[in-house]
Formats: sequence, C-alpha cells, structure tokens
Amino acid sequence: MAKRSFLIPGVDKRLLIKDSIKTMPDVTRRRFIAGGASLGALTLLTGCDVVDSSSAEEMLKQVSKFNDAVQAFIFNPDALAPTFPESAITKPFPFNAYYDLDDAPDVDGKDWKLEVRGLVDNKKSWTLDELYKLPQVSQITRHICVEGWSAIGSWTGTPLRDFLKLIGADTRAKYVWFQCADKDGYNSPLDMRSALHPQTQMTLKYADEILPRAYGYPMKIRVPTKLGFKNPKYVVSMEVTNDYKGGYWEDQGYNSFSGS
Amino acid sequence: MASLTVTDQQVRATPARAIQPAWVRVMHWINALAMILMILSGWQIYNASPLFGFSFPREYTLGGWLAGGLLWHFAAMWLLMINGLAYLVTGFATGRFRKKLLPITPSGVLHDVRAALTFKLGHDDLTVYNYVQRLLYAGIILVGVLIVLTGLGMWKPVQLHWLVVLFGDYPTARYVHFFCMAAICAFLVVHVLLALLVPKSLRAMIIGR
Repeated sequence: MAKRSFLIPGVDKRLLIKDSIKTMPDVTRRRFIAGGASLGALTLLTGCDVVDSSSAEEMLKQVSKFNDAVQAFIFNPDALAPTFPESAITKPFPFNAYYDLDDAPDVDGKDWKLEVRGLVDNKKSWTLDELYKLPQVSQITRHICVEGWSAIGSWTGTPLRDFLKLIGADTRAKYVWFQCADKDGYNSPLDMRSALHPQTQMTLKYADEILPRAYGYPMKIRVPTKLGFKNPKYVVSMEVTNDYKGGYWEDQGYNSFSGS
Repeated sequence: MASLTVTDQQVRATPARAIQPAWVRVMHWINALAMILMILSGWQIYNASPLFGFSFPREYTLGGWLAGGLLWHFAAMWLLMINGLAYLVTGFATGRFRKKLLPITPSGVLHDVRAALTFKLGHDDLTVYNYVQRLLYAGIILVGVLIVLTGLGMWKPVQLHWLVVLFGDYPTARYVHFFCMAAICAFLVVHVLLALLVPKSLRAMIIGR
C-alpha cells in the first residue's frame, strides 16, 4: 500500500481502485457479438433470422454511423463547454482507466518526445521543455465518462488549434489521431472540427501542478466537447490524417464521434 | 339492391365503432417496443456506473456490455422520439388528448380510485376513460416528454446545454432521467395488469374494437 501513496497526493485509494475495477474490460463484451443482439433481431428486423445476431449488430453499426453524422451536424464549433468556479472542482478527481494505476504508463519526462506525423509542414518532435514554453491557458470543465459519471477538473495547457497552426497542419484534413504510451497502445481519432474547438487542449498541468501520472503525464488531450475516452492520456504522437484509423474503444463498439 | 344498402351501412358503421383508431394502435405498439428496448439497454448503461447501491440483473439488460447497451439505446432512441413526436402532434391535432384525457378533476380521480380499489370501477364503455386512466395516461405522456428531454440533455450536455440547465446540471439530469424510467416501469406494471384484467381493452388496442 505504501508503494501507492507516493504516486498522487490527495487521490483516494479506495475510489481509485473502485474506478479502475469498474472500467476493466469485461469478458462479457464478447457476448454482445455472440448473443446480446439477438433480441433486437427478433423484434426489430422483421423477416430476419432470429438467431442471426450479426444482422442486428450490422444494423446497430449503421445506426451508430448515422449518429456520428447527426452529431457532426449539430456540433457547433463556437459552443463552449460550461466552465465552473474552483469551488466546484471534484476532489479527488478520479483516476480512471481500464487498468490499475500501478499499470499506468510511467513515462520519463526527460526522454519523452511528442512525435508529429502526417499532413503537417513541420514534422519535428517536441520535447517536454519545448512544450512547457508554449503559451498556456487554464479551464475548469466537466469530464463526462461514457459510463455516465462525471467530475469537474482544472486543466492547463496549450490550445490544440494553436499548436496545429504552429506546426503547419493541414486543418482541412479529417482527423488528428493520437497514440498513447499505454501497454495496449491506446489510440483515438479526433475529428478536425473538434480538434480546432477553442477549449480543446494539449494539457500539461492539473490544478496548476505538472500533470500527475494518474491523469496522463506528461501530456493528455483535454476535449471538453467529447466523452472521457476521447481524451487520450500519456500521448506520444499525433498524426494529421484523412484516414479513419479507428481507436482503442471505438473499435470495440463505442460511438466514434461521442460528442457532448 | 337491399343487400347493397346493408353492406354500405356496415362499412359506414365500422369506423364509428372503432374504440382505438388505427394510428393510436400502430403508435402504441411501436412505443411499447421502443420503450422496452430503451429500458433494457438503459439498465445496461446504468450498470456501468450505478447511481444507487444496486445493479440491474444482467439477464434483464440489452447489449451484452456497455458499448452494446449504448448502441441499442441510441438506435431505439430514434424510434421512440419519432414515434413519440408523431403521437403528440396527432394527439393534439385531432383533439384526441382534449376529448379523451380532459378534464381531470381531483374529486373525479378520488372517486374513481376509491371505486377501483373496491372493484366497483366499471369498464362498460371503453371509449370513455375514467379519471384514473386520464390521470395515468396524461401523466405518462408528461413523463415521456421529460425522459426524452433529460436524455437529450445528457447526450449533448455541451451542444444542448440549455436543456441541462433546465434540470439544474448534468448529474441532476441523470437522476431525473432515472426516476422517469422508474415511473414508466411502475406505469407499465399497472398498465399491463389492468389490460389483462379487462381483456377487451387489450383487444381494442390490437384490432380496434
């Protein structure tokens, strides 16, 4: 237990473990593919074979794509996520991942470099010190998890749109795709309009302190207009691209736009 | 000639005898399907991060895991919203809500509740709803509107921020959404029970008469 206590001062250990257990990938996930959808095949798809759950699954995938389009349509690039006073900050702000905090990436900030790839003029890698020198802004916004819980946190960093401008990114491209240092190679695509949203941030600090390991040291992408899983932590590279490259959770069925 | 006249009268008489018009029946059953899909997938989503100290049994959830539940919820949502909107528009436009559900007086409700509890509430004329029915049906329409509004607010708490503000904040909208679901489930139990006790009402909702 003492091993954990030095990691993040002020983080409640019980809450932390509870949250991480809750988000562990569940073997029953596969049951969705196997049989969870058969009721829908029975009731929704008249004329379909009732045991043919793959047709229900296919239908759900199509509706999800349609929902991506609907969400992109109603996305207003000028609509700001609500901000809160400091007193509203959730303490402790929960650690949340599909693994225990002990298994979180332990990045050495001195060796770490942010790789920049794809449709950008300047593909130079960025050290942490170089990023710390960029102009930064703070925001106190609500993080909403796909599970339904939410927490208000204080984030400081460089607006992603400023950084994209700085590196000469082609902002007509469809996505900015992030890759992370997580053991399974967490990654997630962010549509360009959300990437250019004024509150979307390359976060380097939490509550005015260097971003703790629990929240994604050395850098996370804070997107208050998206659900939590579209806010990648421990980011190691970003790629500006027109290709949809999928994502860790997106590939397992979470709606890809997942805007809020 | 005589037989033709009789046939004509029958044809003309049929619509007048329909207790539940076709549009009510179609929308009712689409709604029943949509509600069941929404409730079962909603329980799956609830289980990912329970608001209270309990989870719904896995056998009564839809989708297999959180992503599946969400996919179902956000697919059936269209069915529920489009059907619900069509129902509201038609209900107001045809005057059916006014004719069938109004007036609702406290004394009338009290009288009919007492009659229902002593099994003296008549169901001879299915075209006229008693006060308990009026209150329940009007109430459940209201709850339906509330659950859709809170649901939309939770789905898009940034883009539809005004909707979230209407209910206080995001966590409050979650609770309101949950209690609306609970109200719908309670209604469902009573509704189905009464339909089974008065089978001709179920028949009317299926074949119209």
